[in-house]
Amino acid sequence: MRPANCGADVYPLLALAPAFPFAGFLWLATLGARASRKAAAIVGVGSVAASTVVAALLAFAFFTAPPPGGAYTQTLWSWIAAGGFSVRVSFYLDALSLVMLLVVSFVSFLIHLYSAEFMREDDGYSRFFAYMNLFVASMLTLSLANNLLLLFLGWEGVGLCSYLLIGFWYRDRANGRAARKAFIVTRVGDTAFTLGLLLLFNRFGTLNLPRLMHLAARQWPVGSAPAIAAAALLLGGAVGKSAQLPLQTWLPDAMAGPTPTSALIHAATMVTAGVYLIARTHVLFALAPPVRLAVAVIGAATLLLAGCSALTQYDLKRVLAYSTISQIGYMFLALGVGAWSAAIFHLMTHAFFKALLFLVAGIVIQALHEEHDIRKMGGLRRDLPYAFWGFVIGGCALAGLPLVTAGFYSKDLILWRAWSSPSGGPALWVAGMLGVLLTALYIFRLIFLVFYGEQKTAPGHWPAWRIKLPVLTLSVLALIGGFVNLPPWMGKAAFFTNFLHAALPPAAQTRGGLTEPLSELIAACLFALGLFLAWWLYALRRVPRPASGFVDAIRRFWFADWGMDWLYDAVFVRPLVAFARLDRHDVIDAGYAAVARVHVWGWRILRRSENGRLRWYAAWITAGAVILAALAVWA
Amino acid sequence: MMLLWMLAIPFMAGMLAGVFGQSSSPFWRDRAPRWLALGALAVDFVLGLISWLSAARSPFLRHRHWLLQLDWNWMPRFGIRFHLAMDGLSLLLLMLTFFLGMVSVLVSWNEIRERVGFFHLNLLWVLAGITGVFLAMDLFLFYFVWELMLVPMFFLIALWGHERRRYASVKFFIFTQLSGLLMLVAILALVFAHRAATGVMTFEYRALLATPLSSTAAWWIMLGFFIAFAVKLPAIPVHTWLPDAHTEAPTAGSVVLAGLMLKTGAYGLLRFALPLFPSVSRQFAPFAMALAVAGILYGGILAFGQTDFKRLVAYTSVSHLGFVLLGIYAWNALALNGAVVTMIAHGISTGALFVIAGLLQQRMHTREMGRMGGLWDVMPRLSGAALFFALGSLGLPGLGDFVGEFLVLLGAWPVSRWLAVLAAAGVLVATFYALRLVQRAFHGPNEQAWKLPDLRRIETLMLAPMIVALLWLGLFPRPVLTAVAPALGYLQSLGKPGILRSDRLANLGVPPRGIALFRPGSALVPPVLFRNIPVARVQALRLQGRAPRPKGGKLR
Repeated sequence: MRPANCGADVYPLLALAPAFPFAGFLWLATLGARASRKAAAIVGVGSVAASTVVAALLAFAFFTAPPPGGAYTQTLWSWIAAGGFSVRVSFYLDALSLVMLLVVSFVSFLIHLYSAEFMREDDGYSRFFAYMNLFVASMLTLSLANNLLLLFLGWEGVGLCSYLLIGFWYRDRANGRAARKAFIVTRVGDTAFTLGLLLLFNRFGTLNLPRLMHLAARQWPVGSAPAIAAAALLLGGAVGKSAQLPLQTWLPDAMAGPTPTSALIHAATMVTAGVYLIARTHVLFALAPPVRLAVAVIGAATLLLAGCSALTQYDLKRVLAYSTISQIGYMFLALGVGAWSAAIFHLMTHAFFKALLFLVAGIVIQALHEEHDIRKMGGLRRDLPYAFWGFVIGGCALAGLPLVTAGFYSKDLILWRAWSSPSGGPALWVAGMLGVLLTALYIFRLIFLVFYGEQKTAPGHWPAWRIKLPVLTLSVLALIGGFVNLPPWMGKAAFFTNFLHAALPPAAQTRGGLTEPLSELIAACLFALGLFLAWWLYALRRVPRPASGFVDAIRRFWFADWGMDWLYDAVFVRPLVAFARLDRHDVIDAGYAAVARVHVWGWRILRRSENGRLRWYAAWITAGAVILAALAVWA
Repeated sequence: MMLLWMLAIPFMAGMLAGVFGQSSSPFWRDRAPRWLALGALAVDFVLGLISWLSAARSPFLRHRHWLLQLDWNWMPRFGIRFHLAMDGLSLLLLMLTFFLGMVSVLVSWNEIRERVGFFHLNLLWVLAGITGVFLAMDLFLFYFVWELMLVPMFFLIALWGHERRRYASVKFFIFTQLSGLLMLVAILALVFAHRAATGVMTFEYRALLATPLSSTAAWWIMLGFFIAFAVKLPAIPVHTWLPDAHTEAPTAGSVVLAGLMLKTGAYGLLRFALPLFPSVSRQFAPFAMALAVAGILYGGILAFGQTDFKRLVAYTSVSHLGFVLLGIYAWNALALNGAVVTMIAHGISTGALFVIAGLLQQRMHTREMGRMGGLWDVMPRLSGAALFFALGSLGLPGLGDFVGEFLVLLGAWPVSRWLAVLAAAGVLVATFYALRLVQRAFHGPNEQAWKLPDLRRIETLMLAPMIVALLWLGLFPRPVLTAVAPALGYLQSLGKPGILRSDRLANLGVPPRGIALFRPGSALVPPVLFRNIPVARVQALRLQGRAPRPKGGKLR
């Protein structure tokens, strides 16, 4: 078969990628409860495996026989059509969505496989896979959507699954609280997103993404007010979903969910949806320089704040959660300086190493009988060598161990762009560099505390192949995943960004004064410094006792996420709840009740007049007659 | 004739059910009325389906406003006719009526044990009244059926209701009766104004459409209609009958109230308040939209504060119907479509939540959410269904409510950006109450150690079609949007100033005043009692070139 035909044959399979997991969800939701665990696992993992196969076929077709114009569109049916508004259920495959499709389906498959083992003793086994399958279907819909409304459907779908999975162990009220918080905080952002859709539709009469980008670029000048408003509203949605300032507070609490959920939804895929959204609508952001600057500043601020918070946490998963927030901050930084493909590059490598870290954390937590507190861990290096190496690889990739890890390549590309791009600058670059130091510090703190030192809790459970295989695969990817895009001084091998340039314009370079190798060298030094500090502080146990109240106050302040939870609670949650509780009986109804009461009083008063005494009646009649006569005379 | 059957079947079946209820044999007394009611509504549902399918198939009917008509003389001396007509809007609401009607019969199957016959008499008569409201084309007839649905509903609440049923039923009665009287006054004022202007006494809807009114008179008469419909809808500040009535009514009563009776208010606005008084309604629109947005937010916050399962659901109606009101008065194609879809989707999702409240109350004998919690442990299927409908209520894309509310927002944005922003915040408030409902009742620990049976087969059979319908409406709403397009096209033309009134009336199939050719009794149309689809005849004549085309009128 000729390659050209091969593509034409394969592309119509696109819709199957989200359809398989959705079918899996339907089966699990309706019949799963009665089916055996084995059947649930086969359907749950198998449907995602099928999507992964479809994704691989599509990728093969895309490389061998690219679709004309670099994009393939598949329309299924007309979704809503009324009064000039027309939206179709339609999928769009270009370089950007292909990368998302591959990353999402592949990482999802590995994590599903892991979950089949990890959740083996849970009584909500089929429910878990139903939610996870629905999540994959929604996430793929989000990634492949051809228009913003379908993207929004996937967007809300993943939010729902996130809610359901955070609250998966629903018997504990705290989990329910964390789940609701996640859903509500992200929905605050989604409200902005909705308004963005309203604005865009009313300006252009369409929500079709390619058409919208084309029209926006043609009709709006750079820096025009509607472009700024539209980009800012979409940014609101992205900030909520991707847990960036000021809506980052939900993600650490989201760790209440099962660990595979945290790995898949709250690290590798869903939380990066905001990054994807901005990259997808990069034309709008390019037209709105102030918003782009805001993206960069939000990213830089978030990566620093979350990095500081990660340093102070004791819950293994919460450290990783803050680390996720911080890493997505890097992606926002890249988006803000116009390095779209660098952001997507980091999105991909981050999916590998962060999923790896979470999966290993799951092994550790399960081995220690659901212990999350790192103060009760230690010395696991010998008993869990598998987990140890996995964590070290993941941690090095996260902190950016030079040359041999994926994180090094993607992060240093972002740092270099933060310096060199026209909208970047030294301040953003310095923030990113400080982040490197913080990242190395907190992740090696974790490694030294958990895997070194004396053993405090004896591990109980040793993982089986279904857990080991995903960890092994992700470890390999966390190491070699960066080689798809090497910096220029290592040879002309920027395959990944070149591939993406079909969908995302390349970043411009203007600023001099620093070269890319030099920037990388500085990052490497900061990595080493962070590693040394962590070793000195935590491996040698030189943790200074909180010397003064001031240091301790800062620690507590960072621990409490810079007081933002407290602030939102005091400013928004409490007043609203108090008002709702106070007005439970509806003050408006009191008005009607008062009318009713007046009538009752009137009745009581008038009732007295009808007492059956003739004398009274005669007196009243006389009085009335006199008054009437008086009125007649004087009026 | 089909229209008459739709109206008569539930009415007669209700009477029969009442007769059966007097029987001494347990079969006739307790079982026959249920089957009878179910059968009658099923027949009606099939009738509606047939007319929908034939309308969707026929290229001629697809773009026509009126699908079916029935026009009998009733009291000629006062110009009162027994005139029924169905367009796409009525059709959809009728389908919803019969569908939810069947659901309410099924949900009462185990719940209602006393006076079964009389219960079904009342239920069927309410439904017949609602059917009449959606079909009546004569204002006198409209007022008649409007009141017809009120009295049996009063009995449903007062006799089979919960603890505070007397208070709730009397409150319901006073609110709706007072507002209904206001509407009667408005109808009479309109009819007399019409007589004063033209010398013809008529209650006929299409004749009254062309009534010349001074703007002051139009304002007052419009307000009379608006208040009556706003009470039914309900808009704040006249919503306070709703939570009591919905909470205290038996489950079937709540389903009918929320799913259907509230829609009669919205339908009244669409059918009467806007077309009869287009220019004053346009002036009034900003005020109505502000009320709508206040209702969306305030209703949502009130729902959030409730601890009674049913009361919480009841207040969500205030919020959702706010979207309907917003869509109606935003008055453009998108918003009107959104309002209609919201009406139907809300009927299903909130109706289903009331069904679930009823199932819970049957099992637990409480509606207090403080005593629930952890029900997922014991009733996973029921809880899953409740979660599904709660998600519908919070506007999850892919379910019906989202399509409606999003279209309303799209339509409201160009009219008033700030109101659209506030209404969008209302969707956020929906998240608060829907998640609270799920959390308090179904998640959390099962502290009371409830041991309850999960959904029975009949209950699954009842909820499954509602799930499918809500998904269908959310993912493939096109049949609904297509069916309602001609009716909304007409309304939309009213929303734009500057289009000649005669053009609009021509779009509606009304010959302009002065051409009496097609009036009953004229040379062309013999004075038959029953004329089915006169409009079709007019158009056929027009197509043959034998009838004069109204000036500037479009042929539809």
